[in-house]
Amino acid sequence: MKSLYLHVNPTTCAGHGLCAELLPEAVRLDDWGYPIVDPSPVPSHIQGHARRAVAACPTLALVLNATPVRGIASPRGDEGST
Amino acid sequence: MKLARSVADTDLAVRGGVLGSPRLLAGPGREIPESLASHLDRLGDPLDAVGKTSPRDLIQRIRASGLRGRGGGGFSVGEKLAAVAASAGVRNHAVVVANASESEPASAKDRLLLSLRPHLVIDGIEVAARAVGARKAYICVSQRSDHAVRALQQALRERTEARLRPIAVEVVPAARTFVGGDETALLSWIAGGAPSPRVVPPLPAHRGLSGRPTLVQNAESLAHLALIARFGSEWFRRVGTKEEPGTMLVTVSGCVSRAGVYEVPIGVQLRDVLDLSGWSGETGVILVGGYFGSWVNRQDAGEKDLSRASLATCGAAPGAGVIVALPKSACGVKETAEVVDWLAAESSGQCGPCVHGLSAVAACLAQLASPASARRADLRRLLRWCTEIEGRGACRHPDGVIKLVRSCLQVFAPEVEAHRSGRCFGSYQGWLPLPATTQPVR
Repeated sequence: MKSLYLHVNPTTCAGHGLCAELLPEAVRLDDWGYPIVDPSPVPSHIQGHARRAVAACPTLALVLNATPVRGIASPRGDEGST
Repeated sequence: MKLARSVADTDLAVRGGVLGSPRLLAGPGREIPESLASHLDRLGDPLDAVGKTSPRDLIQRIRASGLRGRGGGGFSVGEKLAAVAASAGVRNHAVVVANASESEPASAKDRLLLSLRPHLVIDGIEVAARAVGARKAYICVSQRSDHAVRALQQALRERTEARLRPIAVEVVPAARTFVGGDETALLSWIAGGAPSPRVVPPLPAHRGLSGRPTLVQNAESLAHLALIARFGSEWFRRVGTKEEPGTMLVTVSGCVSRAGVYEVPIGVQLRDVLDLSGWSGETGVILVGGYFGSWVNRQDAGEKDLSRASLATCGAAPGAGVIVALPKSACGVKETAEVVDWLAAESSGQCGPCVHGLSAVAACLAQLASPASARRADLRRLLRWCTEIEGRGACRHPDGVIKLVRSCLQVFAPEVEAHRSGRCFGSYQGWLPLPATTQPVR
C-alpha cells in the first residue's frame, strides 16, 4: 500500500473537530479546537479510517495526499517585508 | 490619494547614508527624486545595455550575480526569474509585480529608494519583464509616504513623454495591513480582492495574477537587477560576501542618534552599521530583521556581521534590513509583548491557529511582561503553544510571530525570570512603531 499523508487546509478548516473524533490515532485538537495532524505517513491499517475522516470533514479541509509537502504560502516580503 | 497615519514616517528621520561605495543611492543629492535626464546621463538606458541579449542569457546573468531577494525571504532572484520564464508561454504571458508595499512598520528603505531613485526601480521592472517575457507590470506602493508615490508617478510621466515605455506599469496603492505584503496577499489585492494570503502551491511563479505566471520581486531587488543588467554579475559580486553578494539597504531606528536608511555592503560588521547610525553606551539589545526577526544582545551586535551566515550563529537573519535598537532602560519583554499583540490583531483572520493561537500567545506574553502577573505556568504554556502553532497557517504570519516570541524568551530570559520573582529592571517605552490597525483601504 502506498504512503499517504494527512493535510489540513488551514483557510477552509473551521474547527468542527470531526477528524479528531474519527481518527484519534493521527489527529488531535489544539486548545482552540483546530486539528494538529501527525506529519508521518498514515499507517496502512488505519488508511480506511483516514479516508472516512476525510469524507466526513464538513468543510473539505482535510485531505489525503501522496506527498508529505504541505502547502504553505510563500514567505513574506519578496515575500513582503515589505 | 489618502495617506495612512503611520508612526514610522514621523518617527524615522529618513536620512539616507552609505558605508563604502553606494550603488543604489549613488548619484545626485538626496533631496529630490533623480530626473530621467540625470538618470540616463549617469547610467544609460538599461534595455540598450541589455541589447540583443536573449532572455535566457539575461536570466543566466542574474543567476550568476547571486542576487537574493531583499524583501526578507532572501530567495535567489535568478531562480525565481527562471521559474516564471519556464511557466510562461506564447498564450500565457508572464506578469511582473514590484513589491514596494513595505508593510513592515520599522522599514522605510523601499519608500526611500522610490523617493530618490524611482527610475532605477522602473528599469528593474523593465529588465525583469524582458527576462520573463511579460507585457504588463504592476508596482504596489506603500501609502505611508506620498513622496514615494509622487516620485514614482512623476518618473512614469517623464518616461511616457520621452517615449521610453516598453511596458505598461500600473501603480497600485498598497493595502495598509501587515499581511498585505505577502506575495499571494499582494496578488489578491491587485486583482481587486482582500489582501489575504492563500495556500500555496500553486506558487505565483506558476499561477499568479489572472492565472498567469507572475514574478513578484521587492523594489530594492529590482533596482539591483537593473544595475546587474548594465554592469554584469562580476561587477555585482565585487562587494558583499561570496554567498550574499552586493549591497543592501538597512533601516536603522530606535536608541541611536542618526536613525535612517543606509546602503551598506552585505557582510559588513553590524557594529559598523550601528556606529554609522550613532549608537551609544545607552543602547542595549537590538532587533534585527524586523517584526519577524530576532533580538540580538549587545555582545553579539558587537561581533556579528550583517549577513545571513553570520547572524544565523545567534539565531537571527538580516530579513529586509530592519534594525531597531532598544535603550538599556527599556524592558524587552514589554516591548515585544506590545508588538506581538499588534501582530496578532494583524492576522488576516483566515486560519484558526493564527486567529486564536496568536491572540492567546499575545495575552500570555503580556502576563509574563508584568512582574505582577508572571508565572512559571504561563511560560510553559507559551512554549507549548509556540510549538503547536508553528507551520499551521496558510502563510508565514504565525511562524514569523512565533519566531519573535521565541527570540524574546531566549534573549530576555533573565528579565522573564526577574518578572516571575516580582521585579522588573526596565519599562515600556514604545520603541517599536505600531501603526493603527485599520481595515484595508484602496
